[in-house]
Amino acid sequence: MTAITHRSYRSRPGPLHAILLAGTVPLFLGALLSDIAYYRSYQIQWSNFASWLIAGGLVFCGLALLFALANLLRAKRKVGRPLLYYMLLLATWVLGFINALEHAKDAWAIMPASLVLSFIVTVLACVTAWVGLTNLRSGGAA
Amino acid sequence: MKGSSPVIMMSLALLLSACGGEDQDISQSLGPDPRLPEPQRGMLPSMKIAEPTSWGDQLPTVPQGYAVSAIATDLQIPRQTLVLPNGDILVAEGRGGNAAKLKPKDVIAGYIKARGNTSVESGNRLTLLRDADGDGTYEVQTVFAEDLNAPYGLAFHDGNLYVANQDALVRFDYQEGQTEASTPPTKITDLPSAINHHWTKALTISPDGRFLYVGIGSNSNITERGMEAEVDRALVWQIDAETGAHKPYATGLRNPTALAIQPGSGQLWAVVNERDELGEDLVPDYLTSVREGGFYGWPYSYWGQNIDDRVRPQDPDKVAAAITPDYALGSHVAALGLDFSTASMGGQFTEGVFIGEHGSWNRKTPVGYKVTFVPFRNGSPDGPPIDFVTGFRTSDGKTRGRPVGVTVDPRGALIVADDLANTVWRVTRTQ
Repeated sequence: MTAITHRSYRSRPGPLHAILLAGTVPLFLGALLSDIAYYRSYQIQWSNFASWLIAGGLVFCGLALLFALANLLRAKRKVGRPLLYYMLLLATWVLGFINALEHAKDAWAIMPASLVLSFIVTVLACVTAWVGLTNLRSGGAA
Repeated sequence: MKGSSPVIMMSLALLLSACGGEDQDISQSLGPDPRLPEPQRGMLPSMKIAEPTSWGDQLPTVPQGYAVSAIATDLQIPRQTLVLPNGDILVAEGRGGNAAKLKPKDVIAGYIKARGNTSVESGNRLTLLRDADGDGTYEVQTVFAEDLNAPYGLAFHDGNLYVANQDALVRFDYQEGQTEASTPPTKITDLPSAINHHWTKALTISPDGRFLYVGIGSNSNITERGMEAEVDRALVWQIDAETGAHKPYATGLRNPTALAIQPGSGQLWAVVNERDELGEDLVPDYLTSVREGGFYGWPYSYWGQNIDDRVRPQDPDKVAAAITPDYALGSHVAALGLDFSTASMGGQFTEGVFIGEHGSWNRKTPVGYKVTFVPFRNGSPDGPPIDFVTGFRTSDGKTRGRPVGVTVDPRGALIVADDLANTVWRVTRTQ
């Protein structure tokens, strides 16, 4: 019993890890909603909001990625859910970074690529958080 | 972890491959009919920032038959100069702008670009230089006026000295021989100064002294600060010197950084800095005669009717009305100085304009960083530009100076302000 508790502790996000991971969802979702608002209104302030929300998402996502990497390195078998979670999180960050660069273009030059990227990144962030936060129930594959 | 490195490598390769295209032959982007490639921008804009170094014992390079010397050093960001009737030179010193950083990009790009500029504090003053005995050494250097707000454009007519601060046009009473202003300046009118993304206020005056022309740059590269920020921007104002009443004289000029009246015809000319982040060879900065009531494209289109898709909402009617400028100076050269030559300059430089090019940032291979001469015939540009002052960049890619304002001294000299070396250069004939 002790051993099982120990194993599942490693694969489950701790509170800080969980906050960082879950925080990526509203940040990237907020960016998507801001992009939609800019697309519909041409009001540039929405585009500014989206840029900062993505920057925040990248900070949260990047720190969560460090936790995920540490967990993965400590896991005995580097397969299954911990690996899937890490890869999803990495993909989220990389696409989020590309989205940040896309948002650094001026005015309407960000469209439509930023809208598409924000959608993909938001979906990825949701899936990743889901996978990451349900690791606990996976019963310690790592 | 194993699976991650290909992902990272792929995304890095994607980023790098997306970082802008190849340069075209520079000469194709000059003159009345420049080649305009397709707009392009990678994931990152091309950036090549001037790495400052000192002149040491070196001097700028000038054509054979001409000599150059520094007539003032250790200034506080010299921008534009004015030669007074008695031969004294006034130098406007300062740096303006108070644009908020709206995006993460503004924070990062601002930090990078600042490395290519002087770290000296804004002078906010006019310095007077005098060569009393005519030996070419300006032995008198005084502060003519201080506590100005980023002064830039200078103009003089009949005892009135006009200074375009970044927020107001002001006038000094000037008596010949003064080395400092006797009274504080009188405000003629406020100038648009909110945000001041492009803060320089270029200035010239009609030959009869009745009208002043002020160049007011846009508040963004291409409307990324919102359309509301562009009210009263990207245009030239005509201002009544007596009353301060003003009206837009020409619009759609993204950043008209220097204005000059053509001797004889009285025609207003401008050099204009065009938009960035459309590629290495877009959009050409230009020299143009300025038509009253004319619209020159910004932000909706460039070089006539070439639509800029980064602007929303678009305006097809404005695009249709856009005037094509007269003469392309090359993309990203950052023309900041303009003055008409006189016969006293000699040689092939008697008819035409001198242009100070501050130099590029948005280009892999730097361009500009020199003073060039566009020859005129029958009152219009005719033929390719000729280098007049060069050597501002070293062979190992560092930057010694960046030219700004150029002023022709009717006694036969060209005055060049250098805002990186904080020096004023004077080029004279030796033959």
